[in-house]
Amino acid sequence: MEKLFMKGNEAIAEAALRAGCSFFAGYPITPQNEIPEYMSRRLPELGGVFIQGESEVASINMLYGASAAGKRAMTSSSGPGLSLKAEGISYLAGAALPAVIVYVMRAGPGLGHIMPGQNDYFQATKAPGHGGFKIMVMAPSTVQEAVDLTCRAFDYADRDRNPVMVLVDGVIGAMMESVTLPPYKKELPDKGDWIADGCRGREPRLIRSFILDALALEDFNKKRAGMYERWQREDAVVEEFMTDDAEYVIAAYGTSARVARTSVRELRKEGLKAGLIRPATLVPFPYDSFAGLGEKKVKGILVVEMTIPGQMIEDVRLGVGDRLPVYFLGRSGGVIVSPLEVKEKVLELAGGGRK
Amino acid sequence: MEKTYQRPVSLYKSSSGYCPGCMHGVAQRLIAELLDEMSLRERAVGIMPVGCATLAYTYLNFDTIHAAHGRAPAVATGYKRSRPDSFVFTYQGDGDLAAIGLAEIIHAANRGEKFSAVFINNSIYGMTGGQMAPTTLVGQKSTTAQGGRQVEMSGYPIRMCELLSTLKAPVYVARFALNTPANILKAKKGIKKAFTLQLENKGFAFVELLSNCPTNWGLSPEESLNWISENMIPYYPLGEYKTPEGSESRGN
Repeated sequence: MEKLFMKGNEAIAEAALRAGCSFFAGYPITPQNEIPEYMSRRLPELGGVFIQGESEVASINMLYGASAAGKRAMTSSSGPGLSLKAEGISYLAGAALPAVIVYVMRAGPGLGHIMPGQNDYFQATKAPGHGGFKIMVMAPSTVQEAVDLTCRAFDYADRDRNPVMVLVDGVIGAMMESVTLPPYKKELPDKGDWIADGCRGREPRLIRSFILDALALEDFNKKRAGMYERWQREDAVVEEFMTDDAEYVIAAYGTSARVARTSVRELRKEGLKAGLIRPATLVPFPYDSFAGLGEKKVKGILVVEMTIPGQMIEDVRLGVGDRLPVYFLGRSGGVIVSPLEVKEKVLELAGGGRK
Repeated sequence: MEKTYQRPVSLYKSSSGYCPGCMHGVAQRLIAELLDEMSLRERAVGIMPVGCATLAYTYLNFDTIHAAHGRAPAVATGYKRSRPDSFVFTYQGDGDLAAIGLAEIIHAANRGEKFSAVFINNSIYGMTGGQMAPTTLVGQKSTTAQGGRQVEMSGYPIRMCELLSTLKAPVYVARFALNTPANILKAKKGIKKAFTLQLENKGFAFVELLSNCPTNWGLSPEESLNWISENMIPYYPLGEYKTPEGSESRGN
C-alpha cells in the first residue's frame, strides 16, 4: 500500500492503472483533463494504449473495440462529452461489453459552465443512452473513495459484462487529499470464453448489439433486468451518519454530502438531531435506507444537490414513499452549496424560530 | 475429378439474404477467398457496419464485431491497438463511411492505423430504403431527392479516394468496380494488396469498390451493372490513388 497526496482526477487515473486498465481513449473537456493527461504519460510506460480520439464519439467506440479484444478499457468526460458518448455506451451495453466511464460533472445544460455541478444524475442513472438499459453508477465523495470505487468499477464491469460509471463532480475531481493506493493488480479475469481474438481452434464469435429475433432480444433484456435486480439486492453502498436518533435526515452524494456532513455536526452542536444518508452507489440506489426511515423518529428529509431542479430527490421520494415529507435545497450554475445554508434550511424546517 | 471452384471456408454454407443482383455478396466472397488463400481466417477480425452489410454475420465464418453507424474505424482502432498481432479489416457502405462516419475514417487514416478498410460505394443508402448518400450522383434519384440530387441543395458527391489520398499516412488508397468479371479480379488483387500491407505492418490501406443497388436504383441486376460503368466510373475514376511506392495509376 502506498500513501500519496493526490488530485482527485489523477488519483482516479492511477487507480484505474492499478486495477489493470490497459486502454484509454478520450477527448479533452474541462473539468476532467487531468485524467487523459495522466493516462497519456503513464499508460505507454506500463505497456498500455492511450489514444486521444478525434471526438467523444470515436473515443467511446475505441473502447468498444478494445473491450471486444479483452482489454480493461476506460474513458472519461464531462456533460457535453457524455452526451456524445451516449451512443457508444448504449452499444457497449447492447453488446455486453465491459468498460469504465468516468464522468466528472460540470454545470449545465448545454455548454453551461466548466464549474462543478451535479446536473447529470438523470443522465447517468436513468438513461445513459438509448434503448432502456442500466449501468452501475458509483458516486464517491472523497478522493480515497474515488480510488476504491474506480477499482471496484473494473471488477463489476467484467463480472457483469456491462459498462460501469464513476460519477464525480468537478470538486472531487479537482481537490487534493491523501490516498492509500492499492498495489497493481497482477491477475485479471480470464475472458477467453467470449472475446473476439481469432477463431483458432473454436467456432467463430460475433460481438454485436443487435438481436434480430424479437423473442431473443426480449430474453436478453429480461436477463439484464434480472442483473439489475441482483445489483439492488447485493451491491448498493450507502453511508448512514448519525441517523439512529435523527429527527431530520439530509440526503446527499458527492460534494453535497461532504458539505451536509459539516452541517449535521453543526446542527448537533445546537441540539438539533440531524443525520445524513449518503448513497455511494446511485445505481443501485439504496432505497432501503430511505424506506426504513418511516419507522424512526424522523420528521422530514432534506435532499441537497448541486443542481436545480433536484434530480436525486426523485429516487429519495421513491424510497420514502408517502411516509415522510421530502424537501429540497439546490444550488446550480457552478455554485457550491455551503454548510451554513444547509444548516439554516434544516433549522427552518424544524420550526423557524431556532434559526 | 479436380475441384476448381468451391465455397471458401471463410464463408458459411448459407443462402444469401441480399437482394437479387446485389454485389455485396461478391465483395464479401472476395474477402473470404483472400482470407482462405492467405491463411488469415483464424486470426482475422472483421469490423462490420450498420446497414445491408450487417447481414454479413450470417455469411462470414470467422470472428466479427459489429460497430455503430459510421464507427467501424474507431472500433478497429481500439481493437488493432489492443491486439497488434491480429488481422483486422473494416467493411463499410457509403452512408456509413462517407456521411456519419466521415470523421472516423479520415482520422483513422490520418493516424495511419494498421488495419485495412473496404468501402462499398453504391451511391445510395440501401438498408434504410434508398435515401440520398454523400456519394449519390448529381441528378440521381433517391427517396430523399425525388427529382434527383441537386447541387444547390446537397452539394457534389464526395470522392473518398481523392480525399484520403491527400493524407500523408495512408499507404494504399485505390478504387475498383464490381461491374465486370475483369474488374472483380482487379478488385481482388487490390484487396490482397491492402491485406498484404497490413501483414507487413506498413499502415492504413483503403480499398473502394464501386457497387450496385438494383432494388433502390429501380434497375434490373444487369442494368445496374451497366449503370456503374456509364454513370459511376466517369465520376469515380478507377485506379490506385496512393501506393507504398508513391506511384499512381488511374483510369485503368
